[in-house]
Amino acid sequence: MSTQLPEDDVLKVASLSRLKLSETEVNALGKQMGSVLKYIAMLDELDTESIEPMAHAIEISNVFREDQLQESLPRDKALSNAPQTDGNYFLVPAIL
Amino acid sequence: MSTMSMTASKLLAKMSSGEISSEEITSACLNEISRRDASINAFLSVQQEAALEKAREVDQKRKAGKPLGKLAGIPIALKDNICTEGVNTTCASKMLEHFVPPYDAHIVERLKAADAVLIGKTNQDEFAMGSSTENSAFKTTTNPWNNTCAAGGSSGGSAAAVAAGFAPLALGSDTGGSIRQPASFCGVVGLKPTYGRVSRYGLIAFASSLDQIGPFARDVTDAALIMETIAGKDHRDTTSLDAAVPEFTSKLEQPLENLKVGYVEHLQEEGLHEEVKEATLRALDVYKSLGAELVPIELPHAKYCVATYYIIAPSEASSNLARYDGVHYGYRAKDFENMIDMYAASRGEAFGDEVKRRIMLGTYALSSGYYDAYYLKALKVRRLIRNDFEQAFQSVDIIASPVTPTPAFTIGELVDDPLAMYLADIFTTSANLSGIPGISIPAGFSQNNLPIGLQLLAPPLEEERLLRAARMFERETEWHLKHPK
Amino acid sequence: MDYTVIIGLEVHVQLQTNTKLFCGCSTKFNPDHPNTQTCPVCLGLPGALPVLNREAFHLGMKTGMAINCEIPSFTKWDRKQYYYPDLPKAYQISQFDLPMSQNGWLEIEIDPETRQKKKVGIIRAHLEEDAGKNSHDESGRGQDSKVDLNRCGTPLIEIVSEPDLRSAQEARTYLEELKLLLTYIDVSDCNMQEGSLRCDANVNLHVHKENGETIPTPIVEIKNLNSFRGVEQAIEYEVQRQWNEWQETGLSLKDVPKETRGWDADRGVTLEQRGKEDAADYRYFPDPDLAPVTVTNAERERVFKELCERPAERRARLEERYQLSVYDAAVIIDQGVDFADYFEAVAESSENGKQAANWITQDVLRELKEREMEIAEFPIKPDVLAAILQKVKANEITNNSARTVFQELLNNSKDVPRIEQIQQIIEEKGLGIVSDTGELDAIIQAVVDKNAKAVADFQSGKQAAVGALIGQVMRDIKGADPKMVRQLLIEKMS
Ligand SMILES: [Mg+2]
Ligand SMILES: [Zn+2]
Repeated sequence: MSTQLPEDDVLKVASLSRLKLSETEVNALGKQMGSVLKYIAMLDELDTESIEPMAHAIEISNVFREDQLQESLPRDKALSNAPQTDGNYFLVPAIL
Repeated sequence: MSTMSMTASKLLAKMSSGEISSEEITSACLNEISRRDASINAFLSVQQEAALEKAREVDQKRKAGKPLGKLAGIPIALKDNICTEGVNTTCASKMLEHFVPPYDAHIVERLKAADAVLIGKTNQDEFAMGSSTENSAFKTTTNPWNNTCAAGGSSGGSAAAVAAGFAPLALGSDTGGSIRQPASFCGVVGLKPTYGRVSRYGLIAFASSLDQIGPFARDVTDAALIMETIAGKDHRDTTSLDAAVPEFTSKLEQPLENLKVGYVEHLQEEGLHEEVKEATLRALDVYKSLGAELVPIELPHAKYCVATYYIIAPSEASSNLARYDGVHYGYRAKDFENMIDMYAASRGEAFGDEVKRRIMLGTYALSSGYYDAYYLKALKVRRLIRNDFEQAFQSVDIIASPVTPTPAFTIGELVDDPLAMYLADIFTTSANLSGIPGISIPAGFSQNNLPIGLQLLAPPLEEERLLRAARMFERETEWHLKHPK
Repeated sequence: MDYTVIIGLEVHVQLQTNTKLFCGCSTKFNPDHPNTQTCPVCLGLPGALPVLNREAFHLGMKTGMAINCEIPSFTKWDRKQYYYPDLPKAYQISQFDLPMSQNGWLEIEIDPETRQKKKVGIIRAHLEEDAGKNSHDESGRGQDSKVDLNRCGTPLIEIVSEPDLRSAQEARTYLEELKLLLTYIDVSDCNMQEGSLRCDANVNLHVHKENGETIPTPIVEIKNLNSFRGVEQAIEYEVQRQWNEWQETGLSLKDVPKETRGWDADRGVTLEQRGKEDAADYRYFPDPDLAPVTVTNAERERVFKELCERPAERRARLEERYQLSVYDAAVIIDQGVDFADYFEAVAESSENGKQAANWITQDVLRELKEREMEIAEFPIKPDVLAAILQKVKANEITNNSARTVFQELLNNSKDVPRIEQIQQIIEEKGLGIVSDTGELDAIIQAVVDKNAKAVADFQSGKQAAVGALIGQVMRDIKGADPKMVRQLLIEKMS
């Protein structure tokens, strides 16, 4: 069995990831992802049926902040890194 | 000894005795950078004016007898994924080439409050993804010991800056070894604290549950010193720990009594460089000679670390990096057909190969139909890995191991083989997956005169133990006193 | 052949906090100053991190309990990933498999005649952050869209009902009852114009064929309904459309994936929303930046104690305790918690619930409407109104005179009307009922004596003649009860 990830899968993941890829990239990613996924398959050896997943490196809970106002950024700072604005809003190509 | 190879502690002593000023130290660093960084490429930007201004301010405060912060007048370099208000923070990515944060990272606030002199932003792998700094969109950092070799990564610029004498201290981030591995390659001390010990607020995320900020220093004392400034609870980071921060420097010279050093007997033989293995065994002998007990331990799931890591880190990264879409900040493509195309084109053009690779892997692992087999599975194995350490630390105080399977590799050697590059993370990723602290300290040189590091690991929040154990070794050896020409 | 309508609602309600769910920016509705209520966290700037708002979680718990949900002891935060310009992180922090509350119900009245009630199941209610707001170029010339992130990060609770609703009317009633409940327990203002309460409706039909088979039609989700009328009309339209479509195509739920349609209120139709690029794959996973929340029994009890009496319970109690009609009780409850409190205060101290209800649902409510006022701002406080009503009850003034006092207090008081003013007005205007029938008797006799012609007219059958005489008596003795005067006059002349 080839370890290459099929092109359709690569394209589907690229679309979900919002990545426009060249043909060369699609090809290379198919190979590279395939070999990494093959390596990763070693985890299948382990029986993890009864193991709790561990999403955090440390187990903490109930961390809150109080409902107190903090100063917001002035608008010009909020917009300062935006590729396109009209001084009030972020602008994007027509959504509809 | 030249200023450029002195430790921060030494420089602080010289400043307080009036032998040298911060302006002189800072100028010396800046001169060295302008003289030699063209070949090392440690920095992406240097804040010359701001640094000198701060240095003069500190000198004046000192003269006037005003209270000074713990790092007063000491130049520090910051990895370019740490947000600095008003100063370009690029993550070494075309995506953020022109990004100027409107806020400071928590640790930047702390460093400023400690009167440190922020001298510049260092090169790294793009978004901290890589082990060689070759994935920077702008330049490749070379190893100060040999400029055909990699400085390591992803915090290669920070490691090289400290090794090359550009700054006595630097900060980096460590997600799977990105402080310890370049520290090892460049022959300096690199510490990855316990997850949550240092606030991540303002650290541009790669993999949130693994990322941790930590220092590069010329010796263990300096690492302990800067930890006193950067560690501690920050209310803006939920995962920041509410634990007392010891004065790490205070007991540093006291050797640990009845120290039990754990080691894995059959070190990942495959791919482990003979000289690295020898250095590690020599280091164990040093501990033995100091009266420590060497205890063989089992870490049965160690061999699954890389696989586990390369599911969890890319999964989180695929999500963390989704925000770079050309709308609110960052790069926007010039040509596109519609909004969705604008997203895809912007991301396709501005991300480098390694970043794309990891986003793709992570998206795949989280996508419908694969989540259980990859992401969820990895979270479960992560617990097994953590349990191994809990078990091991029942019988030992620290665990010693190599940092990397080989000394610094040649630039370009592994670029086309991502999996081979990933496999080199075998000794470092476990600490990130488990959240425990780890340190890399100089422990030898290869025949080619490349540094070799030793890794020490300790249980969560035991940085003090880790630093004292490291200092015990450092006192007995002279590896840390060597400097590249 | 006929069909059953199957409706489930997903309601997003903005919680009443000062600050956003994960940062300290204001939640104030502020579309006129776009992008002024943002910070690194809600802009999703690189490096910024979320921290959970304690009050938002608390209000979430309160909401969950009010709709009879279980509050599990462990809940966590997940990232729901999709790309849209109003979502700067490209993921929404929400809750996926372990929501903070689940398995509840809300009782609604489905037939006002029979007062038949039904429990609508609630699958879950979870906390999440709102997105910002995109505004599109309406000219159709494809101008740039604008993004305002003021609203981005505002705490929402999403309440997902079981598909238990059987008509557009029921859906509307459910939504109205939910709104009333949430404003009652003070977790949200539910201001629909400002988008504090928004609703998506999942609608399909179960078609019953003659052979006894039941076929479910494809499910349609109608997005972003933001008025009660809109919910009702959109569902009515959609039911008819689906019925027509089924008759044409005969397609069932199994043949067609769930479709999303938008409600066009101007044209009164639901429209297919343009298909998304990929089928939704939100890639939910636990947010590594946020810690889970655990809830103890003690905390549950504490929050439960804070819950005030809910509208349905209070409605029933008012009917029972004050002998109110179903209608009056409903009117009082529907005005909100302050209004009901006002009513109860008056009813208690005037010791006449029915009379209090009449006054409050008529006189007070009319004045509030005319003055565009909330009950809290109404100048006549419950003790003053109760004092007026007590005078009526004690037969000191007539109900009409009480209205005069009420108006006088309302219109001619410099400060907040006081109880002492009531007696002053009664005296100044001579509104007191003359209880000394001797005095009244004398005056009536005098009037009768003076008006022989009117008396004769009356005696010859002209009832209207009494009116003029009543007027004369009332002129001479203020505060007489006209009814009593009329009666005494008639007695005298008969
Ligand atoms: Mg939702
Ligand atoms: Zn904010």
